[in-house]
Amino acid sequence: MSNVKTFTNGFIKENPVFILLLGLCPTLGVTTSAINGLGMGLATTFVLFMANMVVSMVKKGIPDKVRIPAYIVIIASFVTIVDLAMAAYAFDLHRSLGLFIPLIVVNCVVLGRAEAFASKNNVVSSMVDGLGMGLGFTFALTLLGAVRELLGSNAIFNIKLVEADGMIVFVLAPGAFIALAYLIALMNKLSKK
Amino acid sequence: MAKKESTFVNMVLTLFLVCGIAAGALGYIYTITKEPIETAKKDFLYKQINVVVPGADQGEIGEPIEKEGLKFYVVKDNSGQVIGTAVESFTESGFSGRFDIIVGFDQDGKILDSNVLTHKETPGLGDKMSKDVAPWNEQFKEKDPASYKLIVKKDGGDVDAITAATISSRGYCDALQKAYDGYMKFKNEGGIK
Amino acid sequence: MEYLYIIIAAIFVNNIVLMQFLGICPFLGVSNKVSTAAGMSGAVLFVMTLATIITWLIYTQVLAVFELEYLQTITYILVIASLVQMVEIILKKVSPALYQALGIFLPLITTNCAILGVAILVIQKKFDLLQSVVFSVGTSLGFALALIIFAGLREHLDLINVPKGMKGVPAALLVAGILALAFQGFAGLVKI
Repeated sequence: MSNVKTFTNGFIKENPVFILLLGLCPTLGVTTSAINGLGMGLATTFVLFMANMVVSMVKKGIPDKVRIPAYIVIIASFVTIVDLAMAAYAFDLHRSLGLFIPLIVVNCVVLGRAEAFASKNNVVSSMVDGLGMGLGFTFALTLLGAVRELLGSNAIFNIKLVEADGMIVFVLAPGAFIALAYLIALMNKLSKK
Repeated sequence: MAKKESTFVNMVLTLFLVCGIAAGALGYIYTITKEPIETAKKDFLYKQINVVVPGADQGEIGEPIEKEGLKFYVVKDNSGQVIGTAVESFTESGFSGRFDIIVGFDQDGKILDSNVLTHKETPGLGDKMSKDVAPWNEQFKEKDPASYKLIVKKDGGDVDAITAATISSRGYCDALQKAYDGYMKFKNEGGIK
Repeated sequence: MEYLYIIIAAIFVNNIVLMQFLGICPFLGVSNKVSTAAGMSGAVLFVMTLATIITWLIYTQVLAVFELEYLQTITYILVIASLVQMVEIILKKVSPALYQALGIFLPLITTNCAILGVAILVIQKKFDLLQSVVFSVGTSLGFALALIIFAGLREHLDLINVPKGMKGVPAALLVAGILALAFQGFAGLVKI
């Protein structure tokens, strides 16, 4: 598979959120606004990219039976790095994403890609795959965040469009489920064509 | 690709190595991000103290004194005169559990100003407690909790609750009351030096 | 009384799945039948409580003492992963019947973010050990409640005609949304 194909695969055809339905906890949890979705997406992309790269580099040296724990340690290290870096240089974003940063560790997308792709492919295509998947994830989170922010607070990227209260339900928990349900249905419809 | 065989020795060795490298790398990252994180936290806190005790940035903010879960910062002006005390307080009964606020008191126990520190409340509703979002908490300015009942009007007090966010408003009042009680005790014990 | 508040808040007010969005993967993954949902809930109750106790001890007795808080994520996930493995091995030997019931759910639990989430939350909330245990039991009961109700609803959903694009996951998510809406009614139930 060519690298271009690997890249676009993660973005659209195998979009982790809309098609593979992986990593839904942060997807629903942080997307109260577009900017939060974007921040979380980029943090996850970094972890995916780095973890995929390192896993594909060291895969030959790791005994088969302990590969999952080893991958988890590698992933957890990068998550901690993101956590520390965000606390240092993006304090406000770190405050609003809170608990969901350390939880990138258990985001099934990351371990899933390490196991399903990076452990079988070379370094370059693993990096491309990590980037594609990560950006696909970011795209999904930003889109969901934008939809919820638009409907819930009449704003987009914190810019108020209409001076009025929105449909509050969309920034509350139920709205997350409902908005995602319709987005997935829309994706189903589009991909059938 | 041939899978690496899993013997007991190489499994233990690999995991040990992976964990060792991870811990080492994290330790290094930790040491370089430690200072920026502390500065970011301190900057944020001092900015908030300056909001609740106006003029704090011209003077000197004392080291935090912890008592019963509250934190007190005595603020002095350039001549060493105490201009107010900022109190970090919290409530357990926000819409989504605990949140923290900061309140400034003058020497008589009047509220100078207050603001939210952690924001986990619902965007569009509960987050109106924060100054960045809405002017709601201006109503507490210059109020003396000795005579001003820190209870929402619905429950027989003096506070206008945020529309559709009574729970958050109650929580805010609870945190203010806690801060006031703590502050009076702190003052009477001679904590302000 | 305080413990009762923690339990009620954890089950209803701050329901882990419907309010905090943790553990969504098993929530959608194993909710096709009520019986599997019950099995998963049992496994989560077991592992979550155990994991919270162990990670709490490690954090307060080791990490906090040596100022290694930044290793929290990595230690926790290792503890949880090895705990799940150990529970699996021990159950197999000690109680084959229980293993039969919970066995297939155990590997799935490592990636259940509710476990790691609760372990981190009890530290953030500054709970003591007993409070942490109560909180994790309450949380897993809340997880069980949400999962079992949801599974019951999904069993009926299979019998209904839904538009093609909405079939499967979107319809299930909509149901989850409505369920979450119902749980909103519990907000403010507990005042501490």
